[in-house]
Amino acid sequence: MRAKGPVLNSDTTVTSKAEAPGVVTLFFAFAKMSLMGFGGVMVWARRAIVEQHKWMTAEQFNETFALCHFLPGPNIVNLSVVFGSKFRGIPGAIAAFLGLVLPPVLIVLCLALLYARYGEIEALRRTLAGVVCGTAGLFLATVIKMLQPIVKQRSLVALGVVAAVFAAIGILRLPLPPVLLVAVPASILLVYVMRKRAVP
Amino acid sequence: MNPTNQLYTLAWTFGLMSLFAVGGALSAIPEMHRVAVDVNHWMSDRQFADMVAIAQLSPGPNVLVVTLIGFHVAGVAGGLIATLAMCGPTAAVAYFVSRTMDRSRDAQWPSLIQSALVPVSIGLMGASAMILGLSAGSSWVAGVLVAATALATLLTRLHPLLMLAVGGCLGFAGVI
Repeated sequence: MRAKGPVLNSDTTVTSKAEAPGVVTLFFAFAKMSLMGFGGVMVWARRAIVEQHKWMTAEQFNETFALCHFLPGPNIVNLSVVFGSKFRGIPGAIAAFLGLVLPPVLIVLCLALLYARYGEIEALRRTLAGVVCGTAGLFLATVIKMLQPIVKQRSLVALGVVAAVFAAIGILRLPLPPVLLVAVPASILLVYVMRKRAVP
Repeated sequence: MNPTNQLYTLAWTFGLMSLFAVGGALSAIPEMHRVAVDVNHWMSDRQFADMVAIAQLSPGPNVLVVTLIGFHVAGVAGGLIATLAMCGPTAAVAYFVSRTMDRSRDAQWPSLIQSALVPVSIGLMGASAMILGLSAGSSWVAGVLVAATALATLLTRLHPLLMLAVGGCLGFAGVI
């Protein structure tokens, strides 16, 4: 958990050590991160934005990342839009978004075409079944990693929320919107009450 | 259903889903599964799992599994519309929120909401892992492979792509 929150000094509005990127640069920078990103683009985004181009400091990146993580939707898509708009307004947001999404969409469409044509061939079916197992394993590892801090803190409330959401969505297979409309306010209330108690 | 209707269904299904994708695209996989397999019968359980796997194998954001689903339902136009619908609404929200956040910097609620959302998104990710694991097959070999991949990810620094490749090779060899 990034518990730091938005407590950052006021000079975070001073954005660039480097020159602010233009629309074309934004497109190609995000296209490059996207095409390098197998199984997640965020690592590459940090490397390119903070280390390579120095468009943001590490703190600025963390702050933007935190914002994009708690907003709904694909995190990296949100990041591209927020980042692009910071430098070039709406055209910048569109350029970064298209750079991020367009090249891999073309690749995925080619794969979709191949799958539609050859997906029922026995050898490919067997191979994909193996990849599905691998993917399920990666997801499981992510869940275990995310659970670790909660287990260490012995936060029974948080574990209860995890279990309830898992049961509602994974086992009962309820639709997502109503589950979230109950779970998110409940979780916010629980965290709020816990924090009130922690500070006497 | 006629093709225009299909596109319309894709657009509003994923447009709505994008606003409820707490914790990123992978947390929305159970909902995608429910919509694509259980409600609309667009595809089988196995086809859905295949698409998640193909999206993991290809570069780019994980959200592109919706491109594969859209393509399966309504061709290239379907793929593009599903992708735009899944990204567009939340991109707009992100844009406006980041504008307002720049002005009011020291609000307390972002950290509160963030800590509240973490367990919710872990529960959703857990459901994603289970749904995918179940469609991977009921054989014990499949179960062992899932567990082995998870252990290898946690204990080693091997590249995820390498582990998917190992899984693919074992599958091709007919082990699973």
